[in-house]
This record gives sequence, C-alpha cells and structure tokens, in this order.
Amino acid sequence: MELSGAEIIVQALIDEGVEYVFGYPGGAVLHTYDALFKQDKVKHILVRHEQAATHGADGYARATGRCGVALVTSGPGATNAITGIATAYMDSIPMVILSGQVPTPVIGSDAFQEVDTVGISRPCVKHNFLVRDVHDLALTIRKAFYIATSGRPGPVLVDIPKDVTDPNIKIPYHYPKEIKLRSYNPATKGHPGQIRKAVDVLLQAKRPVIYTGGGVILGEASKSLRELIDLLGYPITSTLMGLGAFPMTDPRFLGMLGMHGTYEANMAMHETDVLVAVGARFDDRVTGKIEHFCPHATIIHIDVDPSSISKNVRVDVPIVGPVGSVLADMVRLIREAKAGPDPAALQDWWRQIEVWRGVKCLAYDRNSPLIKPQFAVETLYQVTGGDLYLTSDVGQHQMFAAQFYPFDEPRRWINSGGLGTMGFGLPAAMGVQLAFPEATVACISGEASILMCIQELATCKQYDLPVKIILLNNGYMGMVRQWQEFFYESRYAHSYVDALPDFVKLTESFGHVGMRVDQPGDLEGAMREAFAMKDRLVFLDIVVDPAENVYPMIEAGKGHHEMHLSPERELA
Amino acid sequence: MRHIISVLLENEAGALSRVAGLFSARGYNIESLTVAPTDDPTLSRMTLVTVGSEEIIEQIKKQLNKLVDTVKLLDLTEGRHLERELMLIKVRAQREDREELKRLTEIFRAKIIDVTATSYVIELTGTSQKIDAFIQAVPEGLIIEVVRSGPIGIARGEKGLTL
Repeated sequence: MELSGAEIIVQALIDEGVEYVFGYPGGAVLHTYDALFKQDKVKHILVRHEQAATHGADGYARATGRCGVALVTSGPGATNAITGIATAYMDSIPMVILSGQVPTPVIGSDAFQEVDTVGISRPCVKHNFLVRDVHDLALTIRKAFYIATSGRPGPVLVDIPKDVTDPNIKIPYHYPKEIKLRSYNPATKGHPGQIRKAVDVLLQAKRPVIYTGGGVILGEASKSLRELIDLLGYPITSTLMGLGAFPMTDPRFLGMLGMHGTYEANMAMHETDVLVAVGARFDDRVTGKIEHFCPHATIIHIDVDPSSISKNVRVDVPIVGPVGSVLADMVRLIREAKAGPDPAALQDWWRQIEVWRGVKCLAYDRNSPLIKPQFAVETLYQVTGGDLYLTSDVGQHQMFAAQFYPFDEPRRWINSGGLGTMGFGLPAAMGVQLAFPEATVACISGEASILMCIQELATCKQYDLPVKIILLNNGYMGMVRQWQEFFYESRYAHSYVDALPDFVKLTESFGHVGMRVDQPGDLEGAMREAFAMKDRLVFLDIVVDPAENVYPMIEAGKGHHEMHLSPERELA
Repeated sequence: MRHIISVLLENEAGALSRVAGLFSARGYNIESLTVAPTDDPTLSRMTLVTVGSEEIIEQIKKQLNKLVDTVKLLDLTEGRHLERELMLIKVRAQREDREELKRLTEIFRAKIIDVTATSYVIELTGTSQKIDAFIQAVPEGLIIEVVRSGPIGIARGEKGLTL
C-alpha cells in the first residue's frame, strides 16, 4: 500500500483503533484534513478552540483509559493546545497530539504561523517529536502512542511539517505492531523482595492508612485495591485524583485527604504508623508542610515512576512497578501469610477514627434560605443516584463536588487536579459523552470557569452532546475570594465578576436549554427536569450563597493536624 | 557534593535541550555539560557536573533516566574514575615573562601550541583542580582568555558504560 504522509497519519490512527480526533483545521494541516475527509473510520470532532481539542481528548482518555487524540495546526493552533497538554501532563493522561508545522525548508525563518512547537511543549509533554521525513512518519506515530500509553502515561506531541504530508509523495506504508525502544523500558513488575518487605511492615501496623492517588485509576488497579482493603480492613483515603478507585460510600473510606480533605482522613495521616502510598505523588496540596507530614509513619510507596519516589517525602520501602500488579502480588502474599493484622490494634485504631469522624467536619447550614453549594452537590447525587460521569472545572465547586459526591467507581470523577485548569470541565465532558453516548454526563462548574471554554456549547450542539452543566453561580471566583477573605483582610481584588451574561439566554442562543434556580426548594425539581431531558444539553444556572467557603481547610504550609473546620467551629 | 554524571543519549535533535530544559525547569545546578557522539554514531555521551545534596542528586539521576532519550546513566562519582578537562589559555608573553611561562608549562606538563611575539596559547589537560591550579599560577595580569571544555570522565577498570 502506497500512501502520502497525510494518508499515513490517518491510516496510523485507524490502525491504533482511534475513534475520535478532536481538532481544528488550519493551513499546515490541510493535507491531513483532506485525507480525513476521504474516510469514515476515524471521526473528527470540530472544537471551537484548540484548548478544547486537548481537553476533549483528555476527557475521553480519563473516562475510557484509552489514548486521547488531538489534531491542531501550526503556530496559534499549537499554542492554544498547550494549556490542555500541560493539564494532561500534570495528571499523567495518555494523549497524542498531532500538530501541523510550516514546511521543512522554511522552519526557522519566522514563516507565517510558525512557532517552535517542539520547544514550547517540551516541558509539558512526556516526549515529543519533529518528523522531518515522511519515511519516519508511521514509526514515529507508533512510538508516540506507545510512549503515551505505557509506564506512567502522558501526552506525546508529534509535530509534522506540511511538506511531510504532501499528497503527491507516496511511499509504502508499514505500521509496526510491536515496538521496542532501547532508551525507554517502563517497569512491568514490582521487585519481589521489596513487596515482601512491604507486606511484612503492613501486617505489623497498629495504625495503618492506605493513601491512594490517580495512579490507581490510571493503572486499572481498582479491583486489586478493593481486594487488599477487604483482606486487611484498613482505613483508606484518597487524593482528589484517586476518588472512585475505592467506593467512597464504603465505611472504610475516610474521605479525601489534604488541604480540603476530611478531618478524619487528615488526622489519621498525622497519627498513622504505617502509610502505604499507592499511585500518589505526595503533592503539596496533600502533604501540607513536609516537616509535619506523617511524623510517626513508616512509609511504603508504590509507583510506576521511580522519580516520584522520595521526591517530596523520604520513603522507607519504595516499590517501583505498575500499581495493579504490585497490589495483586501483595494480596497474594497476605493470603499466604501465617498471621493477619493485629485485630486488637486495628479495633483501637478504628475507634479513634470514629471519634474523629464524629466531629462531622463537612457539616454546613442546612437551614439557609440561600442554596448552599454543598446542598446543590448533595442534590445532584440524589437525583443521579451516583450513576454519573462528572467532569469539573476548577475552584470551590470542584472541592464541594469532591467532598459531597461519593463516587463508587473509577473514571467517573474527571477533573484537572495537578494543573488546576479553569475551562477544563465542559470540553472534557464532550469527550466523556462521545465515549459513552448513553451515559449521563454532567459538568460541575462556576460562572468564572465556564466562561473560559463557553464556545464549546457550539460543539455540543453540532454533535448533539446532551451534557448537563451544573453551574454553582456565586458571582465570585469563589476560591480566590475565599483566600482573599482569609489572607488579604477581605480585599476582594478582581475576584468579583461584575458583568455576567444571562446564562439562560446564552445557552438558548447556542440552541440548548437554559434553566435558572435560586430557591433551595426548587433545586431538586429543576435537576430532575434537567436530567429527564436525555437528548438535550441543559445548562442549570444555580444561584448559590456567595459567601460560602470550602471547609475544612489546612492553610498552605501547615500540617495535617492544624485544620480549620469553619469560623464557628475551631478545633482545640 | 560535586557529582560527575555520564549519560548515554540517543543522538537525536533536541536531546541536549531536553537535558538543559530539565535542569532549568527543576532548578538544578549545572556546573558544566559536554556532549559529543560516541563510536556508535546513534549515541551521544554527555558528561554533566552538578552539585547538590544526596536527595537532589538522586532526583537528578531519576529525572535524567526518565527522559525518553536517555539510554543509560552512570554517576562516576560513586566509583573509582578518571576525570579530564582540556583548557586552552592565551597569555601575554612579553620577553620578560616568557621564561616564567615556559617553566610553568613544563611543571604542569602543558604544551605551548601557538607563539607570537607577544603571546602564547597553552594547552593543558588534567582534572579540573589541576586546571584551576594552573590558572592560579599564571602571574597576575597575563591571562588574555581562557577556554575550558568542562570535564569528561570514565570509570576505571574493565566495565564500560555501553549498550
């Protein structure tokens, strides 16, 4: 089979089993778009801004576990995509980005729509390539998919100059099935000696905590994790990125940990004697002040990326390997062990945890005449019965969702954790809805975040994506306002959004349904109505208490034991 | 502590900038960096001198290893090794200074490789310390310019950093 560069790109995507490409055409990718036009196996989703192409591919990848694909043109197409690439990079999401580039003879001449895409993207990709010769194209794309999806996943960018896609130059096409790189060999198995050591430590624990992160979801290790907890009966907490890997409605789940984590999770971290970190990277929002982090604990860390280990926190028993296989090995060893965990110690430990739980750190004013954002999320859970893919933007609504919507399955909670990208939620929801056309998909957002990618309402219309937008509208950039209230004597510098659109009319102008609610009593009915419209996008503008803050909170630079519960309820 | 790290890299465009970018993005120190292809033209060997605490050096090595272009890595400082740096130094060599400069060149086993009526270019190979010492020893005011290659290194004994 003889193909042009543009045809090779499309055929390679077909051979990779790619369903959707999220993209936006432009000069440097016109040949590729022409090749896309002539086939119907790979479907192209036309976004309205390249940031949404990468977020869309990202949402698709997070929901399915498969590689997301974006296609953008050179120059501004590539720079617009960067935010989405960095978002995927921080959360280790598998993605391949194909970017057009000016023709090779003019690279470096400041040609029209030229930018050094490989240079600009370098710090926020797992790897990138510039393809200078059409003969290298198929192999490079194969490498890109392999690197993006193996080991610790991440985005890989392939920059392709226009002349490399020339329709008049045809070459024989061969797409390698297997690929091996001498310089890239991700761990496939944990070290047996280290695993044995970890199990010994774990079985001797008196006050154990399992702390899981996004790696459990990325590594499809949910099942093994559940087996481990069932075997041991240990308490488990999760980062923002790991929510749903273990059922959040299970009594052994302590809630999220960290800056806005629960009192019981953070106190358990502070008092634990054996901490097992699984696919988590000791992010500063999780650890608080490093000097105060888990002061009494022997720390076991399982991660596929060796550079995650002992990066922020010194680890006692490191295990480099895929979390799924390592957890499965641990489960096997625990089953074979002569003695299980110490039941008396565990009982004491749970008794202590229940005392902390009794503080009810997530309590809020249920009698408020205003809609409390927490109440809105609880209502969302009630109405959807937990059967929901929920994407999120960034800010207070994101934290409220993480605290008040218990996910029982992985890949249901989709948010930008590492980079904290406002504007992520709506385009990510498009990716999720495309992956699962029959599923209920909602995007929780704020009136500030949603405006950052609001143009995607047009994409949703074009492809009939019935996403439900749950907007917690408090008129402020809530999280910014909260920090200004706490740390800047309530000087709300530019966090008040003075000129908001009428979201109902705005949504209607895009051809969707808009609804507005401002009374607590109307909320459930409105949500039921919205979710009953199965084939329509509904934008539910919920006017919430503008002064509500996210609690509990550990201020940046404080330890887990130094939480604030709320202004009215301080801990001794 | 000072570490000399040898890295075998894929000899591909951009590999050097990945290393340089890694150091600047993560705020690591680079004292010197040299790179050139090896006997296998598909591989480059880079020698990197850096300073940092044991934790930082550990992270530097892990992060370097994580680069997709990195084939192999060795911290030479962990074992017995040889280290060499090349310097070309141009000095003012008026009649009254010539003898002194020639003596110095002899003591350090350096070579004078360019001579004019008023200047010498001297070539010197050795450890970085030896080169420092030579620069120190040149009488004040005579140095016109100094070019140093940055150290390269190799482990002693039979074992090599190869594929």
